[in-house]
Amino acid sequence: MSVLAKSFVRNDMLPPVVPPSTAAGPVRWVRENLFSGPLNTVLTILGALIIYWFVSASLPWWLNSVWNANSLGECRDIVTAAAGEGATGACWAMVRERWHQFLFGFYPQDLYWRPTLAFALLFVALAPILFSGVPRKAIWFSILYPLLAFWLLWGGSIWTPIVVLVGFVVLGAVYSAASTRVGVPVAAGAGVLAAVLFWLFLDAPLADALQRAIPLSIRQVTSDQFGGFLLAITIGVTAIAFSLPIGILLALGRQSDMVIVKSLSVGFIEFIRGVPLITLLFTASLLLQYFLPPNTSFDLILRVIILVTFFAAAYIAEVIRGGLAALPRGQYEAADALGLDYWQAQRQIILPQALKIAIPGIVSTFIGLFKDTTLVSFVGLADPLRGITIIVRADINWKGIYWEPYIFVGAIFFLFCFGMSRYSMYLEGKLKTDHR
Amino acid sequence: MALASDTPKGSFRLSMLIYDTRFRSITIQVVVLVLFLLALSWLLNNTVENLAAKGRTFDYGFLWQRAGYDIGQQLIPYTNDSSHGRALVVGLLNTLVLAFFGCIFATVVGVVVGVLRLSQNWLIGRLMTVYVEVFRNIPLLLWILLSYVIFSETMPSPRDFRVTDEMAAAGEEPLAQMMLFDSVAITNRGVDLPAPLLTRPLGTVEILGVPFNLSAVVFLLIVGAGLYVNSKILGRARKVQEQTGVRPKTLWQSLVVLFLPALAFLVASGFHLEYPELKGFNFVGGIPVAHSFTALLIALTLYTAAFIAEIVRAGILAISHGQSEAAFALGLRPNRTMNLIVLPQALRVIIPPLISQYLNLTKNTSLGIAVSYLDLRGTLGGITLNQTGRELECMLLMMLIYLTISLIISSAMNFYNGSVKLKER
Amino acid sequence: MSEAIAREVDHSHMTVSDEVAIQISSMNKWYGTFHVLRDINMTVQRGERIVICGPSGSGKSTLIRCINRLEEHQQGQIIVDGTELTSDLKNIDKVRSEVGMVFQHFNLFPHLTILENLTLAPIWVRKTPKREAEEVAMHYLGKVKIPEQAHKFPGQLSGGQQQRVAIARSLCMKPRIMLFDEPTSALDPEMIKEVLDTMIELAEEGMTMLCVTHEMGFAQAVANRVIFMDQGQIVEQNEPREFFNNPQSDRTKLFLSQILGH
Repeated sequence: MSVLAKSFVRNDMLPPVVPPSTAAGPVRWVRENLFSGPLNTVLTILGALIIYWFVSASLPWWLNSVWNANSLGECRDIVTAAAGEGATGACWAMVRERWHQFLFGFYPQDLYWRPTLAFALLFVALAPILFSGVPRKAIWFSILYPLLAFWLLWGGSIWTPIVVLVGFVVLGAVYSAASTRVGVPVAAGAGVLAAVLFWLFLDAPLADALQRAIPLSIRQVTSDQFGGFLLAITIGVTAIAFSLPIGILLALGRQSDMVIVKSLSVGFIEFIRGVPLITLLFTASLLLQYFLPPNTSFDLILRVIILVTFFAAAYIAEVIRGGLAALPRGQYEAADALGLDYWQAQRQIILPQALKIAIPGIVSTFIGLFKDTTLVSFVGLADPLRGITIIVRADINWKGIYWEPYIFVGAIFFLFCFGMSRYSMYLEGKLKTDHR
Repeated sequence: MALASDTPKGSFRLSMLIYDTRFRSITIQVVVLVLFLLALSWLLNNTVENLAAKGRTFDYGFLWQRAGYDIGQQLIPYTNDSSHGRALVVGLLNTLVLAFFGCIFATVVGVVVGVLRLSQNWLIGRLMTVYVEVFRNIPLLLWILLSYVIFSETMPSPRDFRVTDEMAAAGEEPLAQMMLFDSVAITNRGVDLPAPLLTRPLGTVEILGVPFNLSAVVFLLIVGAGLYVNSKILGRARKVQEQTGVRPKTLWQSLVVLFLPALAFLVASGFHLEYPELKGFNFVGGIPVAHSFTALLIALTLYTAAFIAEIVRAGILAISHGQSEAAFALGLRPNRTMNLIVLPQALRVIIPPLISQYLNLTKNTSLGIAVSYLDLRGTLGGITLNQTGRELECMLLMMLIYLTISLIISSAMNFYNGSVKLKER
Repeated sequence: MSEAIAREVDHSHMTVSDEVAIQISSMNKWYGTFHVLRDINMTVQRGERIVICGPSGSGKSTLIRCINRLEEHQQGQIIVDGTELTSDLKNIDKVRSEVGMVFQHFNLFPHLTILENLTLAPIWVRKTPKREAEEVAMHYLGKVKIPEQAHKFPGQLSGGQQQRVAIARSLCMKPRIMLFDEPTSALDPEMIKEVLDTMIELAEEGMTMLCVTHEMGFAQAVANRVIFMDQGQIVEQNEPREFFNNPQSDRTKLFLSQILGH
């Protein structure tokens, strides 16, 4: 084409051409990504050295792993016999012998199917919440799941959870009967009051009577038999489930125009977030007895769950507040303009959007909470990381073992937490495309 | 009814308390307040009854009584004859010193990792991703326990460092050797660091029972003065640039002002390092650092740094590509673009979550319980609590102190947020 | 056709000299293995005003971003004002300080005031004293008719105002060539006019301009050449009148019917 030509028409289009080898392909990739400059080259070499050091230090240990032995000493003998004097090797025989304690604590071995079933059903219960394709009716199973799981885990009479469920039916009945006559808050208050009265005075006698009339029960397991990941997951999942609604209420309270409600919410949130979880756990184990009526004593796991729930709720509240703040003002105004009252607006318009925005934050709070369940070992519960490991290391056979239990427990924690964070990233991506 | 006085008497009906928007919020608040006060008084009443049943009082007098236990790491003088109150302060200082160094190291590691994760280098990027994911997704407690156990169970005992006459004669090496030019010894009992000493110290002054090292105070003052003069030099350089367009080189002046006086002071007072030496069964001299502190510091640093790395990365990524493109298009070089355009904006994104990581780290120092580190929880909430049996008093005071630290940190964050908020329509 | 151009355009200064401002020959660019720019040959003389149009993904933005090396080309030659663009940093600096660029999304620096946005590059790149840089900045702010906004922050301005600030920011570097990358496509209709007016004024003063835009009214009033790109190559170029009234290639006809048809 001439340089000065004012007009030009291309009649046959040029086909795409493969880039020259300097512009693409593995050679260029290596040059661009590993050796693009002196600094980059130094970094690459450093990185390679780190990997080499790491692999050369740990690979023999992994390769010399021993799976069949009865003690650490035996493991070491086997490694020495196989790989020579001075060789190191992992002693997974400990995991082989004690895996059930890491997973279930001291739960009776013949009843392992119960927590396993409860854990499997957890995913069934989560399905309608996590995936949109599941039929809506399945949500009823999710609602019933907590009581079912409680019964499976602790055992005892089937009438206990059923009568507790009746309490909720009472709540619902009173609410729906009253809500047409008085407003939502009053009806809700009346319902809760009725349910609490029911649980306080009618629950135990009714359950006893039913159990005597129609004895239906499975073997009871006490709380001190809980341990390992069973304990961590029980505390974690319960606290997560209950902290969400409390957290939502706290977040709404903090956003509210009502001074008293707002300052109570702020005070609670800031107090909980301002102290370490350990102090709250000690509160559960040492102080709760002071705050409750004399001679009441209840289960340590329950006390810990309550405090951990409060802890999680305060963090969830802040995350949800972020979601609420990120909503454009127009959404609130539109809800008002449609004539929705406060709770209708929250339920139909505001919360669904705010929760969507807050999902990454909620998931990372949950991950943090799950990791923090390891701290319950400091109030004497057998968490998988420290509690069970101490028990294992106290055994004369396994005294002095440390890499193996920590790697085993760490790997399980990693799988759970990494899985959750990846899932939340997937959700985030999905929601983003939903919006566009 | 006081609430009704605003409206004409005749038109007020009881139902307006619930349905009239004017009264509704007041009604709800009164109900909430009453419920709250009821719950509070119930709890207080229970507490009073429980205390009475146990024959106890609520009394902080024990803080002035003899503590009777030893604390290994003490930043202010303390013996087992000191009071529980002083033990509390020693513990608090141990918490703060751990948090202080933890925040500094975590920031350094976190920033480096966060930047490296963004680097073009594929290998380094992957390595850093692995580091971040592994540390973020495994409980902090594991890192603490693991690093403690590595120090206390795999490190050589002090006697492995000994060189006997026979070994010297035979030219044998001892089983273990000190590191960094024979200045640091890591044994299964602790880490021994060289101690900075002065041959001509200025002495100490005691204020409120706490001795202050005058040499250290003077040194800090000199460093502070150097920083002040340096800011003046930079200010003048900016003025010159505004007038002539050319920014004078200030690097040498800055270096001289910042370091020369401090160095001169150190030389004048005879600064030297005292190296730890093996005497008998243990190392003496130098600064002994307990493994509990080292392990906690390492674990807290690496764990928090993984989170900080993500914050830094997200902060830099949050600045749109268009910003640096616009700067490039104007002819700014990449390093200027970083300093003038990307960093000032990225810091606004980075600093608030960074401070909340500092807050987390500070609260996480309470995990020192796992390795018997005597911090605030270990002294006040641990040994003092067990010895005096005053659970209520100790726990409440401890929570109050942690709460105060947290509120100070978060108010600093709010202040920062308010001062850098971008102006928008 | 766009209604945005309301006034008569004064062509008296819009003369084209023989001096070559930009020379691109046999230039190819790939993203990975994707061939984005194919055998681009193009000469721009000083004072020329060129409008580049084409369907999205045709490589038109990439082309002008190659001219100030925001994108790297892999084959061929780009010479801007006698300086060849290579990986030599000195050449890139030289070209970038001669070539101004206006972006679709303005890319003002939100943490700096309008005045600071305008004086940043003159102070740090041209080493201009601050006072002088501010005087120049106020002059150009006056030219784009928003001197009163000098001490506000970008976030406080409307989109049209922001884009005019972005133009003024480029002008403060006294560039000899201006590149516009879809300067009006992120703006509300009522703000397009104010930005186009600013661009027309610039053209009337004889600035060499390359505009990627779909504002065909602007092209007819101001441009002395329209280039149509598709699939990474220049498909057709001509004087505006010929280009619009008598398009040659089928692709051009299709594109024009789509963009003018609505």
